[in-house]
Amino acid sequence: MKKTLLSLLAVVTCAYSAPALASGGTEAPPHVHWEFSGPFGTYDRAALQRGLKIYREVCSSCHAVKHLAFRNLTDLGYNEEQVKAIAAEYTVTDGPDEDGEMFERPARPSDRFPSPYPNENAAKAANGVAPPDLSLIVKARHHGANHVFGILTGYEEAPEDHPLADGQHWNKYMPGHVIAMAKPLSNGQVTYEDGTIETVEQYAQDVAQFLAWASEPDLEARKRFGISALIFLAVFAGVMYRLKKAVWKDVH
Amino acid sequence: MGHGERTAFENPVIEWIDSRLPIFTMMQKEYGVFPTPKNFNYFWNFGAIAMFMLVTMIVTGIVLAMHYTANTHLAFDSVERIMRDVNGGWLLRYIHMNGASFFFIAVYIHIFRGMYYGSYKRPRELLWILGVAIFLLMMATAFIGYVLPWGQMSLWGATVITNLFSAIPLVGDSIVTLLWGGFSVDNPTLTRFFALHYLLPFVIFAVVFIHVWALHITGSNNPLGIDTKGPQDTVPFNPYYTIKDSFGLVVFLMLYALFIFFMPNALGHPDNYTPANPLVTPAHIVPEWYFLPFYAILRAITFSIDIPFTDITIITAKLGGVIAMFGSILLWFVLPWLDSHPIRSAKFRPVFRYFFLLLLADFIFLGYVGSQPADATMFGLPLSVFGLGATAYYFAFFIVILPWLSKHEKGRELPASIHEAVLAKNKKKAVEISE
Repeated sequence: MKKTLLSLLAVVTCAYSAPALASGGTEAPPHVHWEFSGPFGTYDRAALQRGLKIYREVCSSCHAVKHLAFRNLTDLGYNEEQVKAIAAEYTVTDGPDEDGEMFERPARPSDRFPSPYPNENAAKAANGVAPPDLSLIVKARHHGANHVFGILTGYEEAPEDHPLADGQHWNKYMPGHVIAMAKPLSNGQVTYEDGTIETVEQYAQDVAQFLAWASEPDLEARKRFGISALIFLAVFAGVMYRLKKAVWKDVH
Repeated sequence: MGHGERTAFENPVIEWIDSRLPIFTMMQKEYGVFPTPKNFNYFWNFGAIAMFMLVTMIVTGIVLAMHYTANTHLAFDSVERIMRDVNGGWLLRYIHMNGASFFFIAVYIHIFRGMYYGSYKRPRELLWILGVAIFLLMMATAFIGYVLPWGQMSLWGATVITNLFSAIPLVGDSIVTLLWGGFSVDNPTLTRFFALHYLLPFVIFAVVFIHVWALHITGSNNPLGIDTKGPQDTVPFNPYYTIKDSFGLVVFLMLYALFIFFMPNALGHPDNYTPANPLVTPAHIVPEWYFLPFYAILRAITFSIDIPFTDITIITAKLGGVIAMFGSILLWFVLPWLDSHPIRSAKFRPVFRYFFLLLLADFIFLGYVGSQPADATMFGLPLSVFGLGATAYYFAFFIVILPWLSKHEKGRELPASIHEAVLAKNKKKAVEISE
């Protein structure tokens, strides 16, 4: 009986989620082994910190992460002083002050990451297409972090029969292959202080992991909670089963 | 619920209340000693499980509403605030979000169990009709709930589904304007949907109350589909079914927890993590999984019905699809009269059983068809052909097969009573064990 239900659920889940994952026509991105996948997976703090560095030095010139606050960076293994120092490198607009004027001040941990453009039209004017906010990009794309990794490593020459217009680029893993973003990363572009190799693949993995964290900062707490919840429920189910057997013993 | 005979309670406080408002007597009668067939299988757990899910949705929903902002500029961000900044917010939202799916899983099993064992038949027709009404209310509630996070799929799903009403002749456009509160899905749509999403669960709760009331008048059906004939056929609801339902519920919760904690977004669509944008249409608009079979029926009708040799169209393809989709559920209301066979349970109707299991497979296949893009193919043929075939079987089952079987299926011999059937089964089991 339980088996029937389980298999029914399995069928339903496969039937509905598998086709939803296949995005028409474009090759699926490579399957990276992520430290945070699986029921016990956690984020790799060093990779997150390297990913933040790439975001700050490369991505942030066009892409916002507006749902992230500096205070969230303690999740990456920074202490409060370090977070304060990182925040202080940014300038945010505050106000109005007593005279009704807006003013600029260094960011504090409670502030959110400032966006590179004041509004969407400005972003569009500067890039042709407004670069998407990255705070949820991993959850907003089929294949999640693999998609981000694929895009960052999937730049190729366009096939001969496929001329590209100005501001268009060819990417193996972009649905429809045409992408407005130029190849953002090249080997050795960002300096790593921890001796990690400075290749596009490594950069792409690190920043994809950072963006996975940005999408789902509570992933670790969720899984921990989930393990306890399942253990509790399993024990509870066992007790209820024995109790049920005992109560029903004399019926029939 | 009447005020008939009442036995005094020993506890003076309970007695004081009960003699003025016999609520304890009622609970005792309806959930304590309530005679329930003793041969339920685990499919009979899903009514209680659905009830638990409804309460879970209402409780988490009320707390979410404390943090949510129904405004097109703020809704998406307010949901992210819940996920990131509200204490335990991610848990609440994932419980609610996956709760919709698990509520539907429970209710689908509950409905198909009712169909398999003939629970809709005399004298339980009204009980069944109330259940169908609950299902329709659930669909409405779930649909408008999915709009609230104001992601891309919220906006475009809402646009596609509300547009369906424009197919209704004469009043269609006015209905759509009324739903939208304007001329497109926009802020007035979001605010009215939020208000309705808060209201409808309480309407559901009220109809569930009447549904359960009706159940307690007729008593439960059972896997044999025969009436209870006396106390030897039943056990008191408490403790027998309180404990059995609790066990089933906990097992169900384990599956539910698996999704909440380890794959909370598996049943959703990634596009809903992109804020709604009226200028960008998603490549592939799909509703939530629990609507997919009906969505496939909607899309299966791609032809119009015309008067031959003229240009006059009686039913456009769009209206045809809408009629088919709503018709596919409205048929359930008259199911007790489409199937008038005197035997209830499929156990004793092998031909019905065969066609019903085919319907179940057909329904799941329709779900698959609904999940695919409009231009998908299967075995080199357009998938829409299979969708139309599956839709045809769905309707044929209810309109042709059931009435025909009612007249012609002979069925197997029914056991004399539940008690005897259970004894016979136990004896058989005992023989098998001793062998």
